[in-house]
Order: sequence, then structure tokens, then C-alpha cells
Amino acid sequence: MNNQRRSFLRKSMASSLVAVSVASGLLTPSHVLAAWPKAAFDSTKVDDAMKMLLGSEKFEETNQIKLRTPDIAENGSVVPVTVKTKITGVETISVFALENARPLAISAEMSATARPVLATRIKLGKTSKVVAVVRANGKLYGTTKTVKVTLGGCGG
Amino acid sequence: MAKKKLKVRASGKKGYAVIKAILFHPMDTGLRKSKETGEIIPAHYIQEVTVKHQDAEVMTINMGIAVSKNPYLSVEIDGAAKGDKISIAWLDNLGESAATEVTVS
Repeated sequence: MNNQRRSFLRKSMASSLVAVSVASGLLTPSHVLAAWPKAAFDSTKVDDAMKMLLGSEKFEETNQIKLRTPDIAENGSVVPVTVKTKITGVETISVFALENARPLAISAEMSATARPVLATRIKLGKTSKVVAVVRANGKLYGTTKTVKVTLGGCGG
Repeated sequence: MAKKKLKVRASGKKGYAVIKAILFHPMDTGLRKSKETGEIIPAHYIQEVTVKHQDAEVMTINMGIAVSKNPYLSVEIDGAAKGDKISIAWLDNLGESAATEVTVS
């Protein structure tokens, strides 16, 4: 892989949103997706993605969040994930797959009438820790689980 | 008729409703190569899903490339009762979109 190009891309991503949209010419007009946190989703590092999306990469480990995934996923391209929490005042629920090329998988912004439950299916490139992060009342809580993948979901 | 782009079911429980949706979408990551041609398949994935209850937005779900093909979503809405309107819409990175409306049963 061309390392210079990689680092250029990463730098331009970090420096400004404008640079991002210029650097990747394939983008749809950004005004349509103004709300979509592109920088966070494009980030290749978990810490960066968390920081950009939630404001901090540090979260409090808690057992108040139930993260349900299979322990062993036979097929990495379809891994069911359910996040459920008893914490009140939930603002967002996000799921990160630590070993993926783009760790941030999904992030839901909840209004007051949404119950803090989110179930979906994600891809895992290989055996990976999956982290569910919940933001509630301005604080971050998270829980981690390792999912073993016997067949990757992001390769060719 | 165009291919169906999403399927939604909303079932009422006591005091809330469970919404289950399947969005039909290839969710191409832009990192994968085609087996036949060896060329990179361009990224094509859903970025934003909005869920509305009686025209009030309940949640916005932002997705990245790590969500599986034909994404499945299940969420719950407090206070949604039988007969209420639930609408779900998605928008992908190429500007394509789809929306549907169901009533809670």
C-alpha cells in the first residue's frame, strides 16, 4: 500500500471537514448529509472515531449495558448485535468493532421517546472486540465483548 | 415495479411498540474487490435512517460500512400505540433513498 497517500488522507481527514470532501472526490454533495458524521465513520482508529463522534475516547465500563452478540460468529459478514441498557436519559447508542478497517459501525441518536434498545447486524473482518458505547446525560458508558470470527466479512 | 427497498413491521406492546425493519441494500464497503474483474467495488451504503412516530422524529441512526448487507434494525418506541403511524426512511452515500409508512398493529 502507498503509505504516503495513506498518511496524507489521514491528515487531511483530521485537519478539516472541507479537506475531507475535497480529498475524496466521490462524495455526494455534503449538504444533503450534513448531519452524517463522516469524519468519525471514515476514521480508521477507534479512539479517533469515538472522539469525533462522542467528544471523548474514554468511557466508563458498566454492567448497566447489555451487549448481546454471539461468542463465535461463523460468518463475519452477518453478526447480530443487540444493545440494551437500563441507563436513563440515553442520547446515543454506538457500536464499534475494534479490528475493522473502519471501527465505527453504527450510531443511533435517540429522542426521549425512543427506548434505549438497538438491534442490528454488523460485519466483522476478523475476531474482534465489539464495544457498545452509550451516551447518557452527557456521560459515556461502555461495555466490551469479544466475538470470534471463523470466516471474515470484509475480505474478497 | 421497482424492487422493494425496505420492509417494516411495527407491533404494539404494553406502552410501547417494537419496530423491525429490513432495508434492502448492497452495503458495499468500497474496500472489497470484485471476484470476476479484480476491480474495487465502489462504496455504496446507507448512511442515515430516520424513524418517525406520528411525524415526530424519534431517532436518527447513522450507519457506516460495517453494517451488514440488507441491514436489519430493531428499535422500540415508547408511547406508540395501535393504529399509530410509524415511518422509516433511509438515505445512502449516492443520494438514493427510500421511505415507507406502517401502522402499529
